[in-house]
Amino acid sequence: MLNELTITAGPAELAAEKPITVAILAMGGQGGGVLADWIVALAEQQGWVAQSTSVPGVAQRTGATIYYLELIKARPGIRPVLALMPTPGDVDLVVAAELMEAGRSVLRGLVTPDRTLLIASTHRSYAVGEKEKPGNGIGNPLVVVDATEFAAKKTIAFDMETLATRNGSVVSASLFGAVAASGRLPFDKAAFEATIKAGGKGIEPSLKAFNAAYDRTLKGANDTLSDKPVKRLDPLPASAGHPRLDALLQRIRTEFPPEAQAMLYAGVKKLTDFQDVAYAGAYLDRLGALLRADVAAGGGAHGHAFTVEAAKYLAIAMAYDDVIRVADLKIRGSRFERVRREVGAKADQLVYTTEFMHPRMEEVCGTLPKGLGQWIEDRPALFQWFDRRVNKGRRVRTGTLGWFMSLYALSSLKGLRPRSLRHAREVAHWEAWLAIALDTLPRNYDLAVEVIACRRLVKGYSDTHARGLSKFDRVLSSLPLLVTREDGAAWLRRLRQAALLDENGDALNGALATVATL
Amino acid sequence: MAERSFAREVEDLKLGAGEIFSGEGILAITKALLQSGVSYVGGYQGSPISHLMDVLADARDVMEDLGVHFETSASEAAAAAMLSASVMYPVRGAVTWKSTAGTNVASDALSNLASGGVTGGALIIIGEDYGEGSSIMQERSHAFAMKSQMWLLTPRPNLTSIVDAVEKGFELSEASNTPVMLQVGIRSCHVHGQFEAKDNRRPEFTLREALENPRRDVGRIVLPPASFNHEKEKLEQRWPAAVDYVKSAKLNEFFGPESGDVGIILQGGIYNGAMRALQQLGLADIYGNCRVPLYVMNVSYPMIDDEVIAFAAGKKAVLMVEEGAPEYIEHTLHTLFRRRDIQTRVSGKDVLPRGGEYTAPVLAKGFAAFFDAHAPALLGNRPPVPDPSEVLADARVKALAEVVPPRPAGFCTGCPERPIFAAMKLVEKELGPHHVAADIGCHLFSILPPFNIGGTTMGYGLGPASASAFNVEADKRAISVMGDGGFWHNGLATSVGNAVFNKQDGVTLIVDNFYSAATGGQDIMSSRAQNPRRKTNNSIVQAVKGIGATWVRQIDRTYDVAKMRDTLREALTSPEKGPKIIVASSECMLNKQRRVKPLFAKAVKEGKRMVRERFGVDEDVCTGDHACIRLSGCPSLSVKHTDDPLKDDPVAAIDNSCVGCGNCGEVSEAAVLCPSFYRADIIHNPTRWDLLLHRVRGAVIGWLQARRQRQRLVFAD
Repeated sequence: MLNELTITAGPAELAAEKPITVAILAMGGQGGGVLADWIVALAEQQGWVAQSTSVPGVAQRTGATIYYLELIKARPGIRPVLALMPTPGDVDLVVAAELMEAGRSVLRGLVTPDRTLLIASTHRSYAVGEKEKPGNGIGNPLVVVDATEFAAKKTIAFDMETLATRNGSVVSASLFGAVAASGRLPFDKAAFEATIKAGGKGIEPSLKAFNAAYDRTLKGANDTLSDKPVKRLDPLPASAGHPRLDALLQRIRTEFPPEAQAMLYAGVKKLTDFQDVAYAGAYLDRLGALLRADVAAGGGAHGHAFTVEAAKYLAIAMAYDDVIRVADLKIRGSRFERVRREVGAKADQLVYTTEFMHPRMEEVCGTLPKGLGQWIEDRPALFQWFDRRVNKGRRVRTGTLGWFMSLYALSSLKGLRPRSLRHAREVAHWEAWLAIALDTLPRNYDLAVEVIACRRLVKGYSDTHARGLSKFDRVLSSLPLLVTREDGAAWLRRLRQAALLDENGDALNGALATVATL
Repeated sequence: MAERSFAREVEDLKLGAGEIFSGEGILAITKALLQSGVSYVGGYQGSPISHLMDVLADARDVMEDLGVHFETSASEAAAAAMLSASVMYPVRGAVTWKSTAGTNVASDALSNLASGGVTGGALIIIGEDYGEGSSIMQERSHAFAMKSQMWLLTPRPNLTSIVDAVEKGFELSEASNTPVMLQVGIRSCHVHGQFEAKDNRRPEFTLREALENPRRDVGRIVLPPASFNHEKEKLEQRWPAAVDYVKSAKLNEFFGPESGDVGIILQGGIYNGAMRALQQLGLADIYGNCRVPLYVMNVSYPMIDDEVIAFAAGKKAVLMVEEGAPEYIEHTLHTLFRRRDIQTRVSGKDVLPRGGEYTAPVLAKGFAAFFDAHAPALLGNRPPVPDPSEVLADARVKALAEVVPPRPAGFCTGCPERPIFAAMKLVEKELGPHHVAADIGCHLFSILPPFNIGGTTMGYGLGPASASAFNVEADKRAISVMGDGGFWHNGLATSVGNAVFNKQDGVTLIVDNFYSAATGGQDIMSSRAQNPRRKTNNSIVQAVKGIGATWVRQIDRTYDVAKMRDTLREALTSPEKGPKIIVASSECMLNKQRRVKPLFAKAVKEGKRMVRERFGVDEDVCTGDHACIRLSGCPSLSVKHTDDPLKDDPVAAIDNSCVGCGNCGEVSEAAVLCPSFYRADIIHNPTRWDLLLHRVRGAVIGWLQARRQRQRLVFAD
């Protein structure tokens, strides 16, 4: 077989040269291959020998995949023997096209403090396992930051995805820019740019993204990530420009402790929008009572945590999603604008939306005045007869006059809402919930706060909503066991977290079993 | 039309003598075939050799100039059978497929081919889908070479060696009248490198000449008594002939010092990794210099006894480096040494792992153990080998395991198979879980979250057959899934025919996405595209009816989740016995976008009125329960945190990669999810009528919105 090695002699002196080793971790279709090809072309153009390998297989579809390259200066008459896969602990440059892939590279041992420069885009592309959780399943980015900071010799990390998109390109171009700026490859900027230009497709945007990333990298500082979503808690304004609104503000200011005011303001904002000023007033009345109980239970010492938590979750409970609410939200001018923004419509383009609604007789009865709604529900045959006519998917073209009018009319039923069957049911539910909390409050303050927070489990529509309610009930069913315990609050928090782990509440059942053995 | 176009790469196939070819391993093999004067090529696509099929399909002009016939075989069996052209006629033929999966399918033809032997060179290029990136069972093709007596080439993983193996492979085949298998690993297929090209060669003897001057020889046909002679011939003539050729052509290579206390015997494919490991132990350098004698088997079967014995002579021990289980070559080595009473110790899987990929770290560890036992001096002052274990042991890194999510391959954005499994989940909610027999193809991603559907997978086109035992009285029926690829590969006869004949009372779901999608979007029998060189547009429904299926339902838009769900329910509950076949058809979105996007852009450029659809979520309506995601898993349907302090959990969000397939809307409708989804129709180049209508609507709607806004007393946002 043609032997491409000119040296096969024995114990001749061994050469000391080593190749530059590069690993690229990306998701299928994310342009990792393009980046690898660029680096190979660049190296070969600069008189280096470059070998790249990959394991596409079906990973070309969304799965995590890895590309591996080795680069070494060519020596006349000799071909180097290059490896086809990375050796953990022996990689000079790791490029990760997404934050968790950076984490994966560390887990695989490809990133080591003695040699590895890690270049990572900090944007997230959530995995199914993170997205499908009924609660918040998003992985904590700080864990990745801690690991990479420790494992890498140096880390260059910022959101290269957004930067690329802003320049009309894709992440591979900005990653290439970061690689160029890092100086880890012994080629100058011009050579990198020449490679892109030689590539053919989308040269201009690629170069823009490349240069933007190049400059951003030279700035040095990495993006700082946070595991806490940024929530907007506005301080109480001096005035809202209308006496009736100002009256609400005044009440918050005078009747409630400072630590609760921001949340109360958020609640009042939501409820005036949901119903009206009077409704928001009723909210403040209810919270006033809760605050008194809080104070009586020595809430001062706890920073009135009970009131703050109640301010949040009562607002959510009172702003329940009914057909009136949905109709109201769908027809707003602001919403029309937001949709245009979200779909990136240009000024000369028209945008029409189609809503996917599936009203059932339950919703209809819920909207009817309490008596009537109840009367129909008590007559299954009649209910079914209606349901057969109501219960079907409807494609609502909100931008057309007919449909807009219907939704507009529906949303004007707001006035009837306080007397509707649905409202009566919601009131009953939140009063029962608050009663439990108030009953717990004097006996176990922290536990009472957790009871309030359990309202988080009630969300969604139809089956999902029903499942939420049952989880809520099952979690609270453990109260008798917990109320006397020091760590009762911690246990209830654990139960709530378990309930948010899976759809059917299997994790919750496990947790409840544990609690039963306490 | 394959997913990736090789129009540019095809140019490389025209390179002449002395020019440098620079590209992927799989393309180098294609070029090597043309340099070898091959007459015909066939095969079945599949990673890692899909691109070989794709590039040949794109290279039709080059092929025609050279008079090479290229066939897109219906299966690996068809491809293997194709090689019978080389039995009687001096024509060189090559076929290719993914192994061992494909070799399993092909082995009937291969056994017959190998028994009768060949006149013209017959080369079987197998992409050994083993180790990281593999999508199949971890086995060795080596066994097939042994049982049917075909020679197995395992060249070193660089383009020059691989190309050389192709050319020499044909000569070996002809010199020994034996089919030759050429094995390339996943990474070798995708390795980028260079080699010096030769001119392409026209076949000396054409298929036309063969057809017009037919020959026959009963002695070549696998029937007694010839079959008994074949066995004799194999062992007494073809084997020695092969050994002679391998020796004279120096197919196997020796590296390192002439002599030494110990030596390493390895398969060519492992060479680069082994050299890296030796480098880490301070026993080799990047240019192939080595302090240990190496015997590289570019021919893994047969073993060349004299070469091995000469190599072992005067050595205390040799290490046999052989990837995968079982260790056939090591066994042969032991037998040989016992028979010849050679005292050299044979080491192998005693110091190396019995299974799994032989990566550099694995090899370095094994080598060190071997040297420690037999030549510790070699390890000298033992330079430190790369070792991340300290890093991996750190708590901060260990914590990653909890956070870094698994990210297996899954359905693409807008995949038409997603709504099918969403519908299955909805039916499951009504009728409870069922036994689901899965198959091979993209649809197998249904076994992953969020769908978690599918119990077993038994092979390509075998889904329904693998459920045939459940053809008994029960309150539930088995559901089996099969793709269009598997259906035409052998599902029609083996699964559907079997079900019809045995009156299998189950549900068969055939996923028809117009391509062999999982392997890169190649055309198949039922592809809807017009392919001038192939007869496409053959109906699956007609086919199953043709072999006697009576309960057949065709769904022409899989995105119609409600219809999908109702049809499945009907199939599961229908009183009718026998197979109930649902053909669910919608074009593979990956290929559709590749086809449609340019057309759309062009039309918009030309000022034509075009409507782009995409989906969105109203975040104030979404409560963040993610029920929609549990019925989708679409990459473009994700989550995001809002700044609303009253929302704890992230809400659903759809990004701009959405292709508007419709699944989200259909699912939220069928499953009665929240009304937060909307479809936005974006009208490019609206007509005058559009604009007028929009102005009128805008006026009325705008007035009403303003009116409502005035009535509303709210805090400024």
